[in-house]
Amino acid sequence: MTHDEIYAKVKDVLVDALGVDDDEVTPTAVIRDDLGAESIDFLDIMFRLEKAFGIKIPKGELMPENVASDPNFVQNNTLTPQGIAMLKDKMPHSNFTEFEKNPTVENMSKLFTVEAIVKYVEGKLK
Amino acid sequence: MGGSWSFTKAYGPSPKAHMRWIWIDKFIEFTPKTSATALKNCSLAEEHLHDLYPDFPIVPHSLIVEGMAQTAGILVGEARNFKEKVILAKVGKAIFHRLVRPGDTILFKATVDQLNEQGASICGRVECGPDLVAEIELMFSHIDQNISGIKFPEHNFVFTEQFTELLANYRLGSGIAL
Repeated sequence: MTHDEIYAKVKDVLVDALGVDDDEVTPTAVIRDDLGAESIDFLDIMFRLEKAFGIKIPKGELMPENVASDPNFVQNNTLTPQGIAMLKDKMPHSNFTEFEKNPTVENMSKLFTVEAIVKYVEGKLK
Repeated sequence: MGGSWSFTKAYGPSPKAHMRWIWIDKFIEFTPKTSATALKNCSLAEEHLHDLYPDFPIVPHSLIVEGMAQTAGILVGEARNFKEKVILAKVGKAIFHRLVRPGDTILFKATVDQLNEQGASICGRVECGPDLVAEIELMFSHIDQNISGIKFPEHNFVFTEQFTELLANYRLGSGIAL
């Protein structure tokens, strides 16, 4: 499956799961901030991706969990170097360039973009 | 099915309900981790049929969604032996094709689409005889497995006796000698 084919299917998943318009789903759109996803929507997205691509997404693989509650990874609402390294290891499909300029807990959601999901699926299908 | 099966022995004791909020009458099919069908007889004697349109009693669509949620919720809960606190988290789709009136008997047919340790998605059909009443898609969350790390009370406050009795009665069968 090509990148464009995966992107088209991911787009359909997000339109169905989030009830957004087709043209709102762009590669750089942030799932939470731009497309309005809430926590339950991430489970819905995960179910739909598994069904659409015939893949299994283990808990915490697409998006690490309970990061903010770990003092090794977060101090004063900011990701520690250890925390950033952990996220990079867990989320090789995300672009950290902008996040590293201001690595706060609030900005973590910006790592989860449409393109990040496409790259994650690409990796699973290889 | 026979008379010797015990819900408490199979799953442990369930807490007592303080009020009755049950919108299905009985299960007529239950295939663990796969599907369940529950039946509800809609009666003119039920007060809520008169609340929405006083001169035209119908079963409100919201309560049809609730009936499907209860049917599907018990199916999802049983899949993990009622250890998880299963909460309805999202109504993905609810399309209604006809009204439900007093005297109707409706079937809630729930089928598992996806199921894992975090939750489940269910496809539901509501039927009245040959008619399709509604198509409903639901998502349930196992709230103890939530990604925020929030802690909930330890006891399972979701599956009270009013729900577990339904499954117990289905498994015991309907042949009760007088």
